[in-house]
Amino acid sequence: MLDAELAGPVGDMELDVALHVAPGQCLALAGPSGAGKTTILQMIAGTQTPERGRVTCGDEIWLDRSRGIVLPPERRRCGYVPQDHALFPHLSAWRNVAYGLGSQRRSERHRLALELLERFSLGHRAGARPQTLSGGERQRVALARALAIAPRVLLLDEPLAALDTRTRAQAARELGAVLRQAGIPSLLVTHEFHEGALLGDRVAVIDRGTVIQEGRPEELAAAPRSAFVAEFTGSVVLTGHARADRGPLTVVELDGGGIASATDPGEGLVAISVFPWEITLRPHDEHGHDSAQNRLIARVHSLTAVGNRVRVGLEAGQPLVAEVTQAAADDLGLRVGLEVAASWKATATRVTAR
Amino acid sequence: MTCVPTGSYRPPRPSVARTRPLWFALVLALASAVTLAFLFIPVLGIFVNTSVARLVSSLGNPESTDALRLSLETTAIAVAVIALVGTPAAYALATRSFRGKAVLVTVIELPLVLPPAVAGIALLAALGPNGILGGVLKDAHITLVFQTAGVVVAQVFVASPFYLRMAQTAFAGIDRSLLDTSRTLGSTEAGSFARVAIPVALPALTAGLALAWGRALGEFGATLMFAGSLQRVTQTVPLAIYDEFANDFPAALALSAILVIVSAAVLIAVRFVVGTAALGSAGR
Repeated sequence: MLDAELAGPVGDMELDVALHVAPGQCLALAGPSGAGKTTILQMIAGTQTPERGRVTCGDEIWLDRSRGIVLPPERRRCGYVPQDHALFPHLSAWRNVAYGLGSQRRSERHRLALELLERFSLGHRAGARPQTLSGGERQRVALARALAIAPRVLLLDEPLAALDTRTRAQAARELGAVLRQAGIPSLLVTHEFHEGALLGDRVAVIDRGTVIQEGRPEELAAAPRSAFVAEFTGSVVLTGHARADRGPLTVVELDGGGIASATDPGEGLVAISVFPWEITLRPHDEHGHDSAQNRLIARVHSLTAVGNRVRVGLEAGQPLVAEVTQAAADDLGLRVGLEVAASWKATATRVTAR
Repeated sequence: MTCVPTGSYRPPRPSVARTRPLWFALVLALASAVTLAFLFIPVLGIFVNTSVARLVSSLGNPESTDALRLSLETTAIAVAVIALVGTPAAYALATRSFRGKAVLVTVIELPLVLPPAVAGIALLAALGPNGILGGVLKDAHITLVFQTAGVVVAQVFVASPFYLRMAQTAFAGIDRSLLDTSRTLGSTEAGSFARVAIPVALPALTAGLALAWGRALGEFGATLMFAGSLQRVTQTVPLAIYDEFANDFPAALALSAILVIVSAAVLIAVRFVVGTAALGSAGR
């Protein structure tokens, strides 16, 4: 268990966060640039020290300003992967990985480093200098290097940012597997909500040094506690179970009732997502919908004006959000407690495994 | 974005990229030629006026060989001292920020612009028998004036700023996250300095040492004033050349030629070891 309470001035803002990550869990710190995310990682790794705070990992105290305890980074054993990967340019890939293996014999360090590189299918690049590696390869070497020290905690700063869109999807899958296998608390930083949702079991949305909201990604997307989180999360996420069906559409039985279909393939436990502006609202007693159109009966529980549009918080077994024009909201006479039919196209529905 | 009328409008055909105007190309060529000639012709002059026989016989002259040996010994010690003390000092200047740092950096760079005579006077005023540290040195039974140690002190004084300046720039240019990551991987700060900072900065450090060595080898004024010109004790090659200059010009020429050859050999060796890129982009 990693517990971190960090507070104090950082640049021109005031940092004040409390984070708890269980072993095997991944918490994604998501927020715009300049929100203080990287600083938080550095304070946990020990390369920066907050004015006030406490960091404990299991039964080890890494930082306790009130008792004057500040453990140097070399005694914390954090697997830290900075955003630029920070591979040592004067060392080959395997020597980078072996860097933290310390006092062991050279042959033993070589063997361990190769083993890790193999795990990331990079055995053939063991002798390569970092400058000759691709972005994806560099990221994997940095990850292997962080894992080599048998870290107590994994800290990843924008792990997918330096990758091109083609490598990103695969890197995300690999990274997800690594995080699950590692069995230690991990913390990752991202400026994109969907990345945090992809890799994190929980997401903490951070802005100007404070956690605005923390929860499972689908909770955050569905029930943003502020306009900032709503903006940041972007899309609606619903969980369910994809039926083994023969038809051209994937039919998902939603947790909490209701059915949604999608043109994306999917099987077993899935999450579907849809952008709020794809969802239209109609009177709940109006009929005549086809199978390519999803339809859920929902109750309005919140109305927030965003520019000339209205974000409508809905409850339909699971929370969801629709974004409609002010005119449409007026036509329907939307108010809290009203029952409406929320509908959106199967083609606008994304399916992801969970 | 400008508005483009549709229909009849045709974008102009891109012309073949024009090379720079002829007059400017001529200016560049002329300036390069003048620079090269000005720097190279005097060096050439030394060799044109010196026969190989003269060079060889000069190597048999004890005054020349003593001076050469003394120069190599003292500059080697000076460069070693500069590297040993200067490297951590430059690292501290590059990685720590403290009050008055700008003033300190200026003080360090001062010997770069001091006239050699002023450097000699300064050393005498500080380390001479009546200097501010004269009493301390006397109590410790250390004499520098008219001693070989004095030659080394003069060389370190004038040459170390070259190294400090380059090393500081090189260390400051190292990505902070490299050093941070090294710490998280279990290296102490000293370990990270040795395992990451020095290897990453090595090309620039070597280039800096080569520059410092060149400056130490050519040291003349401060050595003459602070240590004198005693054969086998303080008479380095530049001092011996000046000595010969008065009574035996060909001998002075021959010794100069040897100094040029030795300097060039060391510079070429360094370039070979670190690679041309390192000297070309020194300080990066």
